[in-house]
Amino acid sequence: MPTFDLAECPLRDLNRALHEVTEGSNDITFDVLNPRGAHAVAVGVDAPIRVDVHGSVGYYCGGMNSEGVITVYGNAGPGVAENMMSGTVTIKGDASQYAGATGRGGLLVIDGNASSRCGISMKGIDIVVKGNIGHMSAFMAQSGNLVVLGDAGDALGDSLYEARLFVRGSVKSLGADCVQKEMREEHLILLQDLLDRAGFTDVSPNEFTRYGSARELYNFNIDNVDAY
Amino acid sequence: MSYRNPSTTPRQSATFDEYTLSEIRRAAATGIYDIRGGGAKRKVPHFDDLLFLGASVSRYPLEGYRETCGTGVVLGSRFASKPIELKIPITIAGMSFGSLSGPAKEALGRGATLAGTSTTTGDGGMTEEERGHSQTLVYQYLPSRYGMNPRDLRRADAIEIVVGQGAKPGGGGMLLGQKISDRVADMRTLPKGIDQRSACRHPDWTGPDDLEIKILELREITNWEKPIYIKVGGARPYYDTALAVKAGADVVVLDGMQGGTAATQEVFIEHVGQPTLACIRPAVKALQDLGMHRKVQLIVSGGIRNGADVAKALALGADAVSIGTAALIAIGDNDPRWEAEYQKLGSTAGAYDDWHEGQDPAGITTQDPELMKRVDPVDAGRRLANYLKVMTLEAQTIARACGKNHVHNLEPEDLCALTLESAAMAGVPLAGTDWVPGRNGF
Amino acid sequence: MCGIVGLFLKDKTLEPQLGAYLSEMLITMTDRGPDSAGIAIYGGERDGLGKITVQSAAPDEDFATLEADLGEALAKSVQLTIKASHAVISLPAECLDAARVKLAELRPGVTVMGSGESVEIYKEVGLPKDVSERFEVAAMTGSHGIGHTRMATESAVTTYGAHPFSTGPDQCLVHNGSLSNHNNLRRELIRDGITFETENDSEVAAAYLSNKLANGETLGEALESGLSDLDGFFTFVVGTKSGFGVLRDPIACKPAVMAETEQYVAFGSEYRALVNLPGIESARVWEPEPATVYFWEH
Repeated sequence: MPTFDLAECPLRDLNRALHEVTEGSNDITFDVLNPRGAHAVAVGVDAPIRVDVHGSVGYYCGGMNSEGVITVYGNAGPGVAENMMSGTVTIKGDASQYAGATGRGGLLVIDGNASSRCGISMKGIDIVVKGNIGHMSAFMAQSGNLVVLGDAGDALGDSLYEARLFVRGSVKSLGADCVQKEMREEHLILLQDLLDRAGFTDVSPNEFTRYGSARELYNFNIDNVDAY
Repeated sequence: MSYRNPSTTPRQSATFDEYTLSEIRRAAATGIYDIRGGGAKRKVPHFDDLLFLGASVSRYPLEGYRETCGTGVVLGSRFASKPIELKIPITIAGMSFGSLSGPAKEALGRGATLAGTSTTTGDGGMTEEERGHSQTLVYQYLPSRYGMNPRDLRRADAIEIVVGQGAKPGGGGMLLGQKISDRVADMRTLPKGIDQRSACRHPDWTGPDDLEIKILELREITNWEKPIYIKVGGARPYYDTALAVKAGADVVVLDGMQGGTAATQEVFIEHVGQPTLACIRPAVKALQDLGMHRKVQLIVSGGIRNGADVAKALALGADAVSIGTAALIAIGDNDPRWEAEYQKLGSTAGAYDDWHEGQDPAGITTQDPELMKRVDPVDAGRRLANYLKVMTLEAQTIARACGKNHVHNLEPEDLCALTLESAAMAGVPLAGTDWVPGRNGF
Repeated sequence: MCGIVGLFLKDKTLEPQLGAYLSEMLITMTDRGPDSAGIAIYGGERDGLGKITVQSAAPDEDFATLEADLGEALAKSVQLTIKASHAVISLPAECLDAARVKLAELRPGVTVMGSGESVEIYKEVGLPKDVSERFEVAAMTGSHGIGHTRMATESAVTTYGAHPFSTGPDQCLVHNGSLSNHNNLRRELIRDGITFETENDSEVAAAYLSNKLANGETLGEALESGLSDLDGFFTFVVGTKSGFGVLRDPIACKPAVMAETEQYVAFGSEYRALVNLPGIESARVWEPEPATVYFWEH
């Protein structure tokens, strides 16, 4: 099991090693020590490998992850798992702003709170946050699912497209074109699956409220001009 | 009998001219600002206001064929392990699949490849047409991140982080529903037929200190191979260039206000940003002040039309230029052969700019399957290659006449200005004088 | 565009290490601001004594006989401690205003960086590591301090353009972001009699707060006023004699991380800046909310 101590080895060595994994490689589990807030840890992973990061990371940890299973035993800085394609990124602590930004697939699990702009411009990723999320979350979110076990901040889902938002706690305010929607059977099934996959088995899908796009801003209408 | 004012000849107002009146009526009737494609149409000081001095007795010109004049350019030599080498200093600017049809994108790739230069993706992801037909392809990294994925990032030859463009510095995009076909919608992860609003800021960074970290991430993902360009609109060129350099760019792309767009507000196109001519000198000064001129390359775009423009931009300190609008014209945009159809759309060949509506008779700025058949990618690619070669020959002709064995050896001192404005903007003397307005305190 | 750090000690036993912690935090933020760096450090106040931090481009010349010259002009006992291009003048607190007037007459080339009973301000062009070494920041002691590394956006890279900016007696401010209405605001403040050393937007923010404070607002009120009067993107960390405060603009997209333990409250533009603090692994770490004033006081 290769170990990279970032107090001693350069970031480049770690990411190069992760990128060099090919089908049939023996070493597919990596330990990263002493990240101490370093940026771009385990970015561009493109294989079904496991990376355990012991400590807090800076910006863009797990960026553009494909297939990798990345776990951070600490907090994550801005843009964790940005543009993720597939695989799983788990943050055992809190995540800073832009968590899962523009993500296209895979699962991002945040055990603590996420800050502002969680799931901004998301394009298919599933994000499950055990704690709260900050303001402007799911701004321009296009598709995928954002599940929040705690509360959501201001302007949730502003300019939302087709992403689905599920919030268990309170929502400080909804953004333009984001509305509460009926929770139908298909949503309960979907939500149960997301909670199971995220490992949060002690909450019921019935405790959540669904939010989505009112689709009023989908085509320009002069009567909506105040929203622009 | 009361006094009657004698009648006068009806006089149109210069302030409320015919176009202005029509705009007021249009706004009153529709309640929406005018959205269109292209770049600034108003007259602004431009390269036409500069002239080359040429050689005579004090300088010696080079012969036309035997004595070579190099045109090659290397982009991205600062940090990237695989910099881009181009045969000519003219590249094709980023234009999205979505705003352009697939055949148009293919034609751009074919033409650029034939001429030995690069083409660039746009706000819609990378298509097989352009990757397959572009020997050198620059992948744009935009605020919307439509279609962004690591596979395309790795098969690109360079990455261009788009902060802004000359037509709309500080603005996002707007692609109206008519052009969101199944394929475009799928590439952008959007429902078909809705208006697509592109963000004006990147979703996961703001400012040069964050940008530095974003560049680190992209370099780590691509193993430090690809040159990283930063594209900015001509807004505050000195500071923007300096900050792009500080943030770690390999190449700065600077797009003046004549640079085009697929669709944005007319008020944005015509009233925000600086003319290309005015942008170059501050950007070059920023590079020189940081000791990075020619080390971080500068690509200038916005209204480049011919070899003289290329030579003038290079003389002012650019390493290369980029063309968008001109390339579309070369592959058939606004061609008079479609005049009857332009008339039907209420426009005329040469003035058609409602690219966002998707009804382009030339088949270029459209997703209509019938219209796009009008572009034969092979033939259109050949036309683009011809045009690029002519521009290059023209630039070489001028460089030789100034005694240069490489177009990059052109200098500001090879130029004079025809107008006070252009002399002040470009920092070259007014013709017949040694006076550069604003220099030495007057 | 920059890196900001701040450290407010609750535990007095850490005070001898304040400079060492701050210096490390500052150096970690070099990538965010390689152009210049500065700190404001609070401590060492003694009853009845005031301090003025001054800077000179020609310190050998300006500082050589300054202690004697100023002492004579004020007819008071004055002590001068020189640190590279800066010097701290200690003198009876009631003479602070008179001393500033005399200083301007005696040494027109000398600039006052800040004054009060507690604060000392050091800032200079160069890499944070070099700046920190030049002023021996690591050896400084105190109760709290704030620091800044600068990536200049639109104003010149000069000593005066570096942060912190003094905002009044024992008050100073560091800023990350970019204000979009500072030119108009500067003109208004000039009309109110405020003078400016730089074209820097952050200096306008500092002067704005000073002006509010001088007109009787508390720091908390002044920061609240700032939310409606300042346009653009900003994160401020401000220091006062007994505390420090944090404010982010309503959009809040510039980064900010805070950590609190029984021993301290710390601020960093990035988590990296905090990693060497004692007990950081178990600290409460969070991001300040937008448009919310945070303030800690001794």
